[in-house]
Amino acid sequence: MVAQELESQQQQQQPPKKGSASLHSHEGPGLNILVGKAREVIQQAIVDPVTYLANWGRLYSLWPVHLETACCSIEWGAVSGPRFDAERYGILEAFGSLRQCDLVVVHGTVTRKMAPRLRFIYDQMPEPKWVIAMGACSISGGVYFDSYNVLPGVDQVIPVDVYVPGCPPRPEELIDAFILLQDKIRNSNIKKTS
Amino acid sequence: MSSGSSPELPKAEKGIIDAIGKLGEKAKLIYAKPNRIKFSVQRDDLVEVARFIRDELHFDHATNVTGTDFPKDGQLEITYHLGSHDGGEELRRIILAISCRIPSNDPKLPTLVNEYPSVLYHERETAEMIGCVFEGHPNLGRLLLPEDWTDIPPMLKAFRLPGRLEGE
Amino acid sequence: MSLPTQSSGLFTEQVSEDKLVVSIGPQHPGAGHFRFTIRVEGDTITECIPDPGYVHRGGEKQTEYRTYIQSIPMIERSSLLDVTNITLPYCMAAEELMGIQVPPRAQYLRMIMSENQRIISHLYWLGIQGIFLGHSTMFMWPLGDRDIFIDLGQMIGGARITYSYCVPGGVRNDMPPNFKDRAMKVFEYFESRLKDYERIFFRSPLFEKRTRGVGVLSRSDAISLGVAGQVLRASGVKSDTRIDEPYCFYKDISFEVPVYDDGDTWARCMVHLEEMRQSMSIIRQCLEKMPQGQIKVKLSPQQRAQAGEAYCRTEAARGAMAFHIISDGSTKPYRTKWSVPSFRNLIALPKLLVGSHVADMPAIYWSLDYWPVEADR
Ligand code: SF4
Repeated sequence: MVAQELESQQQQQQPPKKGSASLHSHEGPGLNILVGKAREVIQQAIVDPVTYLANWGRLYSLWPVHLETACCSIEWGAVSGPRFDAERYGILEAFGSLRQCDLVVVHGTVTRKMAPRLRFIYDQMPEPKWVIAMGACSISGGVYFDSYNVLPGVDQVIPVDVYVPGCPPRPEELIDAFILLQDKIRNSNIKKTS
Repeated sequence: MSSGSSPELPKAEKGIIDAIGKLGEKAKLIYAKPNRIKFSVQRDDLVEVARFIRDELHFDHATNVTGTDFPKDGQLEITYHLGSHDGGEELRRIILAISCRIPSNDPKLPTLVNEYPSVLYHERETAEMIGCVFEGHPNLGRLLLPEDWTDIPPMLKAFRLPGRLEGE
Repeated sequence: MSLPTQSSGLFTEQVSEDKLVVSIGPQHPGAGHFRFTIRVEGDTITECIPDPGYVHRGGEKQTEYRTYIQSIPMIERSSLLDVTNITLPYCMAAEELMGIQVPPRAQYLRMIMSENQRIISHLYWLGIQGIFLGHSTMFMWPLGDRDIFIDLGQMIGGARITYSYCVPGGVRNDMPPNFKDRAMKVFEYFESRLKDYERIFFRSPLFEKRTRGVGVLSRSDAISLGVAGQVLRASGVKSDTRIDEPYCFYKDISFEVPVYDDGDTWARCMVHLEEMRQSMSIIRQCLEKMPQGQIKVKLSPQQRAQAGEAYCRTEAARGAMAFHIISDGSTKPYRTKWSVPSFRNLIALPKLLVGSHVADMPAIYWSLDYWPVEADR
């Protein structure tokens, strides 16, 4: 298959991975990070086990609403596709009801016609819920900063947790945003969010 | 893709100009270049000319309707771009434009929906963007703008974009 | 900017016992950024009212405030699936007004990029059509293969999808020397993939059952409604701007325009499939014939255009795309009007949906390849 061949070509340029053995070759920083993470997790799990468990449950089952507001949705399609595959991080588009969703990814421009609908959808979702503003348009209006029909930023309508700049952001950036959001959830206090 | 009106127009274009010439005063030639011809008509003659173009010249669909504001002349210009699928090899490459100038203070013109069903949404869009009224159009409700749009139509030159200064 | 009140657009309607009004969108699995209301009687759709405008961003007005070259990134965003094909007619119209001849090498590069873009766009379409027909393999495969073509475009354009590749006077980047080898490899791979697609999807009984005879648009309707692109060609009209009015060097290239007489959803899907093959063959021929030379004419960013009008059209992935530019002789256009194929195809949606079953709605809707961002501009 040429697809795999092409990908493997790209991988060859990077240092080869050797599974667990690579831990030894990068012993210094790799181990430090591992120890730091483990301490964080253990500390949280001991201090407040309920919060830890609830957050852990939410972390890897973020279900985004299927609401496409503009052209950034193409990159969202690529993220759900096989090469980038957001499902690895537990992000799986819920083709069902809004009541099952806990994540809104705003795909770009929000026009004045779309804004009330966006708010309406957000209001219908149960707590806890998070919002990712994807693309320059949903942050500040982007190339449409002077348009008569575009909101200068989606944070006028709904509260935003993570901003992803780019026009459109590359899929990797969006995945990075998911990881940031998961970090945020991991460290959040459930008494406040619910 | 040559610019300007060249002296040797292809035969098909010449034929169209001659045929429309039969209408006399009703249609005035604005420009003719290879593949593109534009005529201007008065609004009272619009339907008649459109019918003639459809029946005699075999231009069977509209590809575009443009509404332009000319505040200096106090006029709006509505341009229909017509194309042909069934008119034969020669006609397929030609886009025939008919334009109609109407005064800004009385922005009314007859609709071409009955002659060209394809202008249905194009006219509706033009009506809301430029504020003209197509008389006889089945539905001139909001199409692209938000339902609660209260400002003047956005494609008028008097409408300035927010945050853009005069002459910027 | 104040927000519209919440009650503004969410209408409800009194529903009698056997009739139902169903509002679809703008949030539903499938078509985002678009809403339509259907009236159903039993299982049959009796009326369909499309309600576009959720992505109307006023690009036409914005071009009046930007110089010719400044508008390009913004125009391109209107059809992110199809970026080269939407900027190309704009550049052609601007060039016509400025009186510029584009160097041949740039023309060939433009053709390569637009055909590549056509494949990318069709693959995205195919992925969504797959999922609309409940075939998730057909979502994963095309989207994965699409990334390979995106890589190909990235080699020339430099960005993932938004290259702003065409500019008045030529193109921005030249082709890297290894492009040809890579492209040949990709095409060889993709041609075998297309056979797989056909086997698993296009020739499968499930696909045929769900699309044959569904949403039939007759030839005379297709012409009088002024639809464009695949919808037109699937209804038996052989119309393609690339042969009707060849731009760039399409007249030196031999390719076929797939035409089907059925006019149904199946035919529209098959036209898409066939066009991907043709696009690959066009790129192959372009790479063979590619002349050496300049890739652009240097222009001032404040380049003035002559007063006048230009109406230039190309064949974009979804059909004939045209730009009407009126210039008053200054550095900015006086008025631009974009005639986009999606907006032209919108008129076919009510026509096709009325009389068909609710379950067929997704297949019909997406077979039109209606891209709301492009339609609303
Ligand atoms: S940020 Fe760019 S790609 Fe995303 S919606 Fe806005 S214009 Fe489109």
